[in-house]
Amino acid sequence: MDLRYSPEEQQFRHELRDWLARVLPTVPPKPAADDWPARRAHDTAWQRLLFEAGYAGINWPRDYGGRGATPTEHLIFLEETERAGAPYVGVNFVGLLHAGPTLVAEGTDEQRARHLRPILRGDEVWCQGFSEPGAGSDLASLRTRAVRDGDHYVVSGHKLWTSYATVADHCELLVRTDPDAPKHKGITWLILPMDSPGLDVRPIETVLGSSEFSEVYFDDVRIPVTNRVGEENDGWRVTMVTLSFERGTAWVDQIVDSMRLVTDLVAIAKTVTRRSATAWDDVGLRRDVGHLAAEFDALWALVKRGVSQAQATGVPGVGASVLKLRYTEARQRLMDLAARVLERAALSRTDIGALWSLSGRHSGEFVEERINSLSYTIAAGTSQIQRNIVGERILGLPRER
Amino acid sequence: MHFLPTDDQLELQRGVRDLLAAKFPLERLPGGYDAGLWAELTATGVFGLRDELGLGLAESVLVFEELGRACVPGPLVATFLAAGLPGRAGSGPVGMLDPAQAPLLLAHLGIAESVLVLHEAGPQLAGPVSGAPVPEPVDPLSPLHELAATPDGHVVGDADATVRLRREGALLTAALQVGLAARLTDLAVDYAKTREQFGRVIGSFQAVKHLCADMFVRAELARVAVHAAAVTLDDPDTTDGPRTVAGAKLLADEAATVNGRSSVQVHGGMGFTWEVPVHFFLKRAWLHATEFGTAEDHAEDLALLL
Repeated sequence: MDLRYSPEEQQFRHELRDWLARVLPTVPPKPAADDWPARRAHDTAWQRLLFEAGYAGINWPRDYGGRGATPTEHLIFLEETERAGAPYVGVNFVGLLHAGPTLVAEGTDEQRARHLRPILRGDEVWCQGFSEPGAGSDLASLRTRAVRDGDHYVVSGHKLWTSYATVADHCELLVRTDPDAPKHKGITWLILPMDSPGLDVRPIETVLGSSEFSEVYFDDVRIPVTNRVGEENDGWRVTMVTLSFERGTAWVDQIVDSMRLVTDLVAIAKTVTRRSATAWDDVGLRRDVGHLAAEFDALWALVKRGVSQAQATGVPGVGASVLKLRYTEARQRLMDLAARVLERAALSRTDIGALWSLSGRHSGEFVEERINSLSYTIAAGTSQIQRNIVGERILGLPRER
Repeated sequence: MHFLPTDDQLELQRGVRDLLAAKFPLERLPGGYDAGLWAELTATGVFGLRDELGLGLAESVLVFEELGRACVPGPLVATFLAAGLPGRAGSGPVGMLDPAQAPLLLAHLGIAESVLVLHEAGPQLAGPVSGAPVPEPVDPLSPLHELAATPDGHVVGDADATVRLRREGALLTAALQVGLAARLTDLAVDYAKTREQFGRVIGSFQAVKHLCADMFVRAELARVAVHAAAVTLDDPDTTDGPRTVAGAKLLADEAATVNGRSSVQVHGGMGFTWEVPVHFFLKRAWLHATEFGTAEDHAEDLALLL
C-alpha cells in the first residue's frame, strides 16, 4: 500500500509540467460561455496541441492512436493539466470519453479508421444522443425508432439532453430497432452524421441559460447501415461499454479544483468581515471547511485506490459509484459554503466586489458553478440510481421491480 | 503508485479476521472482555505489530479494522501504543487517560496493568490506579471508572511523544471505527435480505436499500481515508500526516456513529432490542468518538492546517 510515485511516473509528470509551462501561455483566453462556435474552436485547438505533443487519447491503446498510458499516468495527466489551468476537454468530451472508446471496443476497422484520428486531432466533435423525454434514468425505455429500409435505417423520434449537438459533426445515437423485444434487447447504436437531412436541433435553456444541451427531433433521418456499431439490437451492451468509460475518470479534475477551492476559501474568509470579526473567526465555518477538506482528501485517496485497482486488474472496481455519490454531494456543499463566505456577493453571475481577486478567482465563476453543480447529482446516473447500483450490484440486495 | 494492500498485508488482515471469527463470534460478544482472547491476540503479536514485529501503521490499521469489525472489548489502542514505550511492566492491557478531558473517565481500569496518561508535557505510565465505578456505562462492554484526580506516573517521553501518541491513537481508533462501520453495514444488509414485510424482503425497497448503500459508501470513504493516513504517517518524507489523520478520524467517527443509527433503523423494532447485537457496535462507536479527539476537534484542527 503506497501513495508514492515511481521514478518513471515522476519523469512523466515533470515532462508534462514542462510542456504545459511552455504551451499554456500561447493558448488564447477562454471564449464567452454562450459563444459556441468560439468554444468549439478553442477546445479543438487545445486538443490539436495535445495531439501534436503526443498527449491526445492519453489512455487509449497505442494501436488506435492513443498514448497507451497507464492508469496512474492518466491520473497524473488529469491532475497536472487541472493544476496548470489548461483548457477543459470541453466539446471533445463525448468523442474522447464515450464515442471513441466505444469504437475502439466495438467498432469495425472501417469505423475506427474513419473516426478515431479526427477525434484525437480535434478535427471532429461528437455529441451524445441517448436520453429522451420519456427515457431518463430508465434509459433502456427509449423510443426513438429506426426502421430498416434497404441499406439504411430511417429514424424518427425525439432526443433530449444531447450534449454539444449544436457544434457536433457526429452523434452517438441509440435507437429502438425492435419494439417487440424486451426493452434492453431492441436497441441499436448508430453513428449519426449531424448534417443529415431531417434533423432539427434546438438548444435547451437550462437554469444557467445557455448550455451544451439540446433537444434533437428526427423526421425520417436516413442513416447508412454501415454506421451501425455492434449488431442490430445489441446496442444496450455496446452502451454499457461507453458508460463504464464515463464513470471511470470524470471527476478527477474537479476534485483537484475542489481541494484548491477549499484553501482559497480559507484565504478569502480571513479577509471578509462578518459582524465584528472575520468570517474565519467563526468556529462553525472553520469546522465546516475542515470537514469538507477531509472529504475531498478522502475522495482523492479513493481516486488513487480506483486507479491502482485499474492498473492491477484492468477494471476500476467498485469505487466509481461511491466516488460519484460522495463527490457530487460534497461539491454542492462546497458551493454552498462558498456562498456563505461570499454572502451577498453570491447574488450575481457577474463579479461583485474585489475580494475574489485575492485568490485569482471571480465571484461570478462561483455563482455560475454553484448553479451548474445542481446537475452533477442528476447527470450520468442520478444519486438515486447510484444508490440502487451500490445496493444491488455491490451489496446484493434484490431489485424492487 | 500502488495504493492497494499488498498480498502480505491482505493475508495478515485475513488471518486476524479468521482468528476473531473462530475465537470471538458474535455470540461471545455480550460476555465482554475475554482474557483468553486477549492473551491470544497478544501472542499473535497484534499489540506489537510495529514495536516488536517491525511492521508499519499501514499493516496496523488493517488489523485494527478487524478488531473493530469483531467489536473486541478492551483497551486495544492504548495497549498498542504502550508497546513502544520504555519502562513498561508486563505485557497486559494498558488503559488510557487524557487529562485534558473532563470528567476523568477511564475505560477498562479493572483489567489495566498500567495507565497511559497523555500529558501535554509528555506521556506518563501510571501504576495501579483507583477510581469509582461508573454505574451504567453506555457501552456495557467497556466498563468506566471516574478518577478523582489525574494519577501520577513516571514520565516516558517528551511533549513530541504525546503529540505522536495522540496522532497514532487517533489513526488506530479511526481504524476501529471503520471496522465497526463496515460490520454495522453487513448486519443491516444481512437483515434486509431476510426480513420480509408486505410480501417481500425489505432490502428490495429503495427506502431501505438506499440506507444500506449510504452505509457502505460511508464505510468505504472512511476506510480509504484511514489507509491514506496510515501510509502517510509511515512515510518520513511527507508532512501531511496531521492533516490526513484528522480527516480520517472525523470521517471514521461519522461513518461508525451514523451507520450505527442506520443499522438500528434497518433492523426496525428488533434493532431496539438487547438481543440483537447492533447496539453493542453503536455504543462502542460512541465511546471511540470521544477518544483521541472528537470529530469537531479534528475538523477544526484540519481547518487550521489548510
